[in-house]
Amino acid sequence: MAPALLVIGLFLIGAIYSIAATPNNATASNAKSTLIEEGKSIFMRGCSSCHGLNAEGSGIAPSLIGVGAASVDFQVATGRMPMADMSQQAMRKKPVYSPEEIAALAAYVASLAPGPAIPTAEQLDYERDGNVAEGGELFRTNCAMCHNAAAQGGALTAGKYAPTLMGVEPVHIYEAMITGPQAMPVFGDQALTPEEKLSIIKWVKSVESEGSYGGAALGKVGPVTEGLLGWVLGLGSLIGIAVWLATKAR
Amino acid sequence: MSKEIAPLQDPGLPHHVHRKADTDPVAEKRAERQVSILFLLSSAGTLLFIYSFIWIPIDVFVFLPILGNTNAHQLGIGAGLGFALFFIGAGAVHWAKTLMPDEEVVAQRHEMRSSDEDRASFVETVKGEAAKVQLGRRSLIKRSLGLSLGLVGLSPLILLRDLGPLPEQSLLKTTWDKGVRIVTDPGNRPLRPEDLEVGAIVHVLPEIKDPEHRKLKDIAKDASILIRVRPSELKLSEERMSWTHEGIIAFSKICSHMGCPVALYEQTTKHLLCPCHQSTFDVPTGAKVIFGPAARPLPQLAITVDSEGYLVAAAPFNEPVGPSFWERNS
Repeated sequence: MAPALLVIGLFLIGAIYSIAATPNNATASNAKSTLIEEGKSIFMRGCSSCHGLNAEGSGIAPSLIGVGAASVDFQVATGRMPMADMSQQAMRKKPVYSPEEIAALAAYVASLAPGPAIPTAEQLDYERDGNVAEGGELFRTNCAMCHNAAAQGGALTAGKYAPTLMGVEPVHIYEAMITGPQAMPVFGDQALTPEEKLSIIKWVKSVESEGSYGGAALGKVGPVTEGLLGWVLGLGSLIGIAVWLATKAR
Repeated sequence: MSKEIAPLQDPGLPHHVHRKADTDPVAEKRAERQVSILFLLSSAGTLLFIYSFIWIPIDVFVFLPILGNTNAHQLGIGAGLGFALFFIGAGAVHWAKTLMPDEEVVAQRHEMRSSDEDRASFVETVKGEAAKVQLGRRSLIKRSLGLSLGLVGLSPLILLRDLGPLPEQSLLKTTWDKGVRIVTDPGNRPLRPEDLEVGAIVHVLPEIKDPEHRKLKDIAKDASILIRVRPSELKLSEERMSWTHEGIIAFSKICSHMGCPVALYEQTTKHLLCPCHQSTFDVPTGAKVIFGPAARPLPQLAITVDSEGYLVAAAPFNEPVGPSFWERNS
C-alpha cells in the first residue's frame, strides 16, 4: 500500500511540476540565449580583435573565459573597455556601449565559464547593510595604500595608478573588489564579506558626499599639495614682503 | 716724470633725498590716508573673523577658483584673521616708510667696558651683601637649599627613565607560532585555502583569545599578508616552497626598511610596494627587493592547514620582522 502511494505521489508532483514550470523555463532560457547570441555578435565586432574569436585571449589581451559577468560590467560600463590605446592602463571614460549592450556582452562572457556575477540591487543596499565606521577601518587596512586614505587615488609603478573612487557607482566598486581588475588584487567573500564590502562602499560614499570641514581640502592628497602651496605661495609672498620692506619710500 | 696719483677722497654720506610726503603737503595727506585705509582693512578683517565664527554655519561651502569647494566657515575665520594681522603690519610699515621722521642721525660708538671705579664698587657691594645675609652662620638654610637644588638637578635624569626599559626579546618575537590560526584583519575570521582566489590578497593577524582587545604594539609586529598566485609562478627554494600552501604565500606586512605596512600589491606584476619609500618586493621570488631602500626581503611566514582545513602558521617567523635594530643578528 505505502510504496504504491509513494509512487503515485511522486508521479503527481512530477506531472504538476512539469506542467507548471516548463513554459516559463522555456521562455526564460530562450530570452537568455537570445541575449547571449546578441552579446556574442557585439563581442565579435568590438572585442574579438584583441580578446580572440572565442574570448581565449591573445598576446595583447587576457582570456575572458571564467572572468564572469561582473568583470565585463565593470570594464565596459566604466568605459575602460574597449581601450582607447595600449598605454599603461585602461582608464575610466564615457562608456562606448549602452546598458543593454553591456548586459548582452556580460551574458555572453558569463556563458563561457562560471565567474562572478553582477551583484543585484538587493545585494548592493549599502545604506541598509553597511556600517561607515567599520568601512573606514576596512578601507584603511585593505584599500588606502593604493587608493589614498581619502579614496582620491594614487600612483603605482611604471606609470600605472590606482584611480580615485570619487563618483564611482557602488556596483562598480563592488565588482572591482570581487574581480580584481588590472593591477588590483581580488578581495574574495572571505577576505571581505559582502557586508564588509558594503561598509567600504558606504564609507567611500560618505567621503564623497561629505564636504571638507577643515577648510580647503587641496585635493585631499595630504602633505604634497599642502607643502607645495606652503613653499610656493607662502614663501613667495614672504619674499615679496621682504622686498617691499627694504625699498625706500619716495 | 711719474704722475702722482691722488688718493681717493672720502665721498662722505650720500646726499639726503627727502620723500615726497616730507615736502609736498598733498602727498603727506595721501600717505596718511593710505595708512589709515590699511588699518581700516585690518578692522574689516577682524569683523569678518567674528562674523564667520558666530554666524556662518559650519556646513556652508563656497566654490573658489583653484581651491575648489571650500568650507565658508573656516575660510572666513582664516581669511579674516589673516587680513586683520597682515594689514596692521602693512599699515605700520607704510606709516614708518612714508611719514615717520626720516632724518639721518650720527650716533657715536662708546667703549663697552665699565670704568675701573664702577667695577671695584660692584665687587665691594656683592661681598658686603653676602656678609649681611649671614649664609655662613645659617647652616640649616644653607644645607636645605643645597638639598633642594641638588634634587631639582636630579629630575632631568628621572625623565630619561622613559627611554627604557630595554625591549629585551620583544623585537625578536611575534605572536605567530606553530599552529596559530590565520585570521582576517579586521574581522578575525579564520580562512581556508579556498577562500583565496588566484590574485587575491588578504590582510591577516594571528588568532588570539580576546580579539577585541588586540594590542596595537602586537599588531605592529604581527600584521601579515596572504597572497595567492599560481603555484607554478613561485620561484622559491625547496624549503621556502614548503612554507607555502597551494600557491598561497604569507609575508610580514612590516617593511624591512622603516616599518611601514607594505600592502600595495599589483596583481599583474606580482610586486608588493611600500607606500612610504617605494621599496618594491617581488612576491614570486620570496619578496626579494627589486627596487627602493629596503635592504632585506620581507620575512616569509611558513603556513599550512590544520585538521579542520583552516590556514595556520607552520612555525614562527624565522627572523625578526620590521626594520633593522642594533641587536638584530642578521
